[in-house]
Amino acid sequence: MQPVQRVHGRMAPLDLADVDTDQIIPKQFLKRIERTGYGPYLFFDWHARGNFVLDRPEYAGASVLLTGANFGCGSSREHATWALRDFGFKAIIAPSFADIFRANSYKTGLLAVTLPDSQVRHLVDLVSEDPAVEVVVDLEAQAVRGDGFSYRFEIDPFARECLLGGLDEIALVERHEPDIAAYEKTRADWLPAVR
Amino acid sequence: MPRTVAQKLWDAHVVRSAEGEPDLLFVDLHLIHEVTSPQAFEGLRLAGRKVRRPDLTVATMDHNVPTRGGVRGADELSRKQMEALAENCRREGIPLHQIGSRRQGIVHVIGPELGLTQPGMLIVCGDSHTSTHGAFGALAFGIGTSEVEVVLATQCLPHKRQGDLAVTVTGELPVGVTAKDIMLGLIGQTGTSAGQGHLVEYRGPTIRGLSMEARMTVCNMSIEWGAKAGMVAPDDTTFAYVEGRPNAPRGAAWEKALDHWRTLSSDADAHFDGEISLDAASLEPHVTWGTTPAQVVPVSGRVPTPRSETDERALRYMDLRPGVALADIAIDRVFIGSCTNARLEDLRAAAGVIRGRRVHPKVRAMVVPGSTLVKRAAENEGLDLVFKAAGFEWRNAGCSMCLGMNPDILAPGERCASTSNRNFEGRQGSGGRTHLMSPPMAAAAAIAGHLVDVRELI
Repeated sequence: MQPVQRVHGRMAPLDLADVDTDQIIPKQFLKRIERTGYGPYLFFDWHARGNFVLDRPEYAGASVLLTGANFGCGSSREHATWALRDFGFKAIIAPSFADIFRANSYKTGLLAVTLPDSQVRHLVDLVSEDPAVEVVVDLEAQAVRGDGFSYRFEIDPFARECLLGGLDEIALVERHEPDIAAYEKTRADWLPAVR
Repeated sequence: MPRTVAQKLWDAHVVRSAEGEPDLLFVDLHLIHEVTSPQAFEGLRLAGRKVRRPDLTVATMDHNVPTRGGVRGADELSRKQMEALAENCRREGIPLHQIGSRRQGIVHVIGPELGLTQPGMLIVCGDSHTSTHGAFGALAFGIGTSEVEVVLATQCLPHKRQGDLAVTVTGELPVGVTAKDIMLGLIGQTGTSAGQGHLVEYRGPTIRGLSMEARMTVCNMSIEWGAKAGMVAPDDTTFAYVEGRPNAPRGAAWEKALDHWRTLSSDADAHFDGEISLDAASLEPHVTWGTTPAQVVPVSGRVPTPRSETDERALRYMDLRPGVALADIAIDRVFIGSCTNARLEDLRAAAGVIRGRRVHPKVRAMVVPGSTLVKRAAENEGLDLVFKAAGFEWRNAGCSMCLGMNPDILAPGERCASTSNRNFEGRQGSGGRTHLMSPPMAAAAAIAGHLVDVRELI
């Protein structure tokens, strides 16, 4: 994974709560066996229905998605974060995220940033008035900054370290091989094993 | 220090714990399927890694399998995905229940019925409804594909410790009200995200009185209110279900396991971060009217006045107006299936409503058993004949119209009474409209041709 330190760019508002992963990437695109190439299918049905906010020319090229609470709820499909990344988003700011989606975002190198409702509202208002306005999502400093404001955000310290360093999680776990092997020896003998 | 059952399970799986780092957890059972695993296997291959514990990994084909016509009924991409899973399992020595085989079925149905799901285990799967297995007093949760790759490679998963919530259900479930209604009622009350970051323990006399099938329905829907996992502490009902199943311990090992399993309950003064109470006796059958499971009302109710932009959007999508009585909403399709409600008990409950009646002429109805074993067991009882005589289609096992990855989908604008778990926009087919409910309620709707209180039919 590429290290992620900060995202500097324009924002796009998707001002809805409970946006589920079925909307982010509908099921017919989960049949692909690749990890990339999902960008064209992002919000496929909403795009197809027309008049979709992310299709407006003023939001083209935005790298920060602003959205509502419980973003990414529902299915565990990591294809959702792949699609957001492939479309060009590098950070998502919302009042809350579904747990699995948040974990998937970090693995995909997407900054899922939680800010209080009022601060997300401020950003939505800003970009609605002037789509050209830019922000910096600074993972190192744990802050979202723009003209005249700096909003601090909290993030799991381990996830932050992995993102900043572009670390391979499997390699990190493999360092603990002796612990894993020792644990395996203590497992109860009635536990199922299938051969 | 007194602990919850969830924290006991967590502690028992910690391989390594260090300040400022997530706990490293050992996974007892890793369930995989064709849709969320191919990229993980590809990642392993590119890095030159192998599956560490193929003996603790079990695969099935469920998400995109056709429910008739065998593999020939699948489109080319689905077929490729199934072939990729078969090839990955062959290469890595992972047991696979493929389409057409005797034990194939929805991953969350076959785990329990094969006795792979046991109390005290940590179970993960690249599927959000993995919470189902919590019904056995197991710690079980869904993971993404990158995490699937981590587990394949190491049999471990780094995870931050989660908080505890208790949901206590008291009171006797009225006739015609089911475990599904407990969950729809709960989610209606708490919203779609109240469970975030928490391990939920469902407890209380009503939960104790539920069968394993019903407890699985309860735990299954934990994810629909955002919970990390849902569980029920194991008891004699649990042990009776597990005993004698193909992968259950036997003889002396069974006795040892039982001794351990009996310790798996929350200590009397264990602390929960939050406690929610629900009175089952006051519950009615519930039906969703919108596009999240929290947009739900009792069947005797009406489509509510929208309280938010999200509500208004849902009403537009569902083509409903506030104030309309639920019983006045006509339906086109009925789907009885999914990991939420397609076990034998669910099919029995639906068949009990249908017996001797006919599906409404304007309705197309189908039953998709949760597994091939469920299908056989139902056929041994003659349930297939009840459904077929009424005009239901009787299909092969799979996820089917719960998520519409196979040919079983709604046409745009079609309205479906469904026993599945998600009424999201387009979930069952682009433009399709889903009303979630219990199996008896879906069966009643099939006969009436509109949403209806099943208690009028029993």
